[in-house]
Amino acid sequence: MPDSTFLDATELVLNMGPQHPSTHGVLRVILKLDGEKVIGTECVIGYLHRGIEKIAENRTYAQFAPYVDRMDYVAAVSNGLGYCLAVEKLLGVEVPPRAQAVRVILTELNRIASHLIWLGTHALDVGAITPLFYCMREREEILNIFEKYCGARLTTHAFRIGGLQYETYDTFEQDVRAFCDMFLPKVDEYEELLTGNRIWIGRLRNVGILTAEECKAYGVTGPLLRAAGVKWDLRKAQPYSGYEQYDFEIPTGTIGDSYDRYLVRIQEMRQSVRIIRQALDGLPGGPIMGKVPKVIKPPVGEVYVSIEAPKGELGYYIVSDGSTQPYRVRVRPPSFVNLQALDKMCRGALVADVVVVIGTIDIVLGEVDR
Amino acid sequence: MAVTPWEDELTRQLQEKFGEQILEFSSYLGQNFLVARPEAVIPILEYLKAEAQFDYLVDVTAVDYPERPERFELVYILYSFERNQRIRIKTRIPEGFRPATAVPVYPTANWLEREVFDMFGIEFQGHPDMRRILLPEDWTGHPLRKDVSILDMDQRWVRQHLGIESGQ
Repeated sequence: MPDSTFLDATELVLNMGPQHPSTHGVLRVILKLDGEKVIGTECVIGYLHRGIEKIAENRTYAQFAPYVDRMDYVAAVSNGLGYCLAVEKLLGVEVPPRAQAVRVILTELNRIASHLIWLGTHALDVGAITPLFYCMREREEILNIFEKYCGARLTTHAFRIGGLQYETYDTFEQDVRAFCDMFLPKVDEYEELLTGNRIWIGRLRNVGILTAEECKAYGVTGPLLRAAGVKWDLRKAQPYSGYEQYDFEIPTGTIGDSYDRYLVRIQEMRQSVRIIRQALDGLPGGPIMGKVPKVIKPPVGEVYVSIEAPKGELGYYIVSDGSTQPYRVRVRPPSFVNLQALDKMCRGALVADVVVVIGTIDIVLGEVDR
Repeated sequence: MAVTPWEDELTRQLQEKFGEQILEFSSYLGQNFLVARPEAVIPILEYLKAEAQFDYLVDVTAVDYPERPERFELVYILYSFERNQRIRIKTRIPEGFRPATAVPVYPTANWLEREVFDMFGIEFQGHPDMRRILLPEDWTGHPLRKDVSILDMDQRWVRQHLGIESGQ
């Protein structure tokens, strides 16, 4: 082979997205390729930017609450919980135990729903079509519970500042219990389809590795960080909404590749069921709304509150100037920060692996772009 | 609840190391923060990362106070896995000031600082890729500044794209 041929000039720039099924929304990734090998990526984002933070400054605290559901729309309940907790902290409002327990149940159901969407679409990206139908089937049951509870299925606006708007419906406990009983065997079914599947392992093992050190450097949280072996979950590290009462494990992986993340998320779904069951067993009675003033005017000050959303640390930094409208609301979105590590995970991999890596980060573009 | 002084082992170390560079140590609703001079921010971040295990930069953001001489407040939120502690580092900068980038200390800062630039027009010195991130390249202005109103933005858009005076 001569040292230099025209074939050396095969560096190719390829556009992936924004209209591409495996980018899970409107994400554009510019890939620099050498043959099949990725030598660099660049994300172009913002197609779904709606200026959520600017909108917040023009709404009252209560009016802004439904908007947060539109960020991570597959985990709307988590968004709402984080926002409510932040405003409650500013106000110094105590949420009654019953409201806290119902919040935990709904948030965990939403975590399962979010992980199901992830599992179904991720498997579809890799070429397994069946899990998508299975996952959607079980997710439907969760959405039905949401619908019966608050009338909405996706952007639920389930919580209010200070507690809950609605008392649970008559067969709520029964429905949730029935879902838990039905769901655990289904998780085993997904595992039967995928965990030992040679193609699944072949496509996921050693793909998109991010070590614990790299995760911390890039601010990557959630299942990605846990898959790298860091036993860190905000529900345990800094419990909120009564999570300290529940007994659950933090599943972790070993090497932090896509397959570990898959195992972590599968385990998380099982742990969520465990939390839901405990919350149902100990579901207290009593009021569902704390003592919130009619007009919400938090004292001057600022607060940062974050929760463990299905995708990682979701934080709200709220600055109050003492008026009815927030002076500034900053959302710390897990998807946005995690997506930044895409380049790190893709370099040196194949084009087909880019699809796997995008899937494994579990991004929702509504949250990346806000 | 009022803002109370924050004092512990960490503040003593920081006080000793940075002295006058740190203007205040405070705590509000149990959350600790410090206010530093703009040029001291990066050395403080480096110190906290190397000596106090604050190995995770949670967020970089800004708040606009147009009536103040030092218009912007830059906020860095740090977390330490080791200590399970979160702190905020704040600094106040005037219009046109170019703070140093935190990317060499925390790679996370890359996109976060780009977003601050996009939304507030604060340019970070030494940033490897100081471009807009969420808004289109041809966007004019920085929407999270207080003097930008959403009504104006809306009207400008409908005038340009729909050819009508106002969409309201």
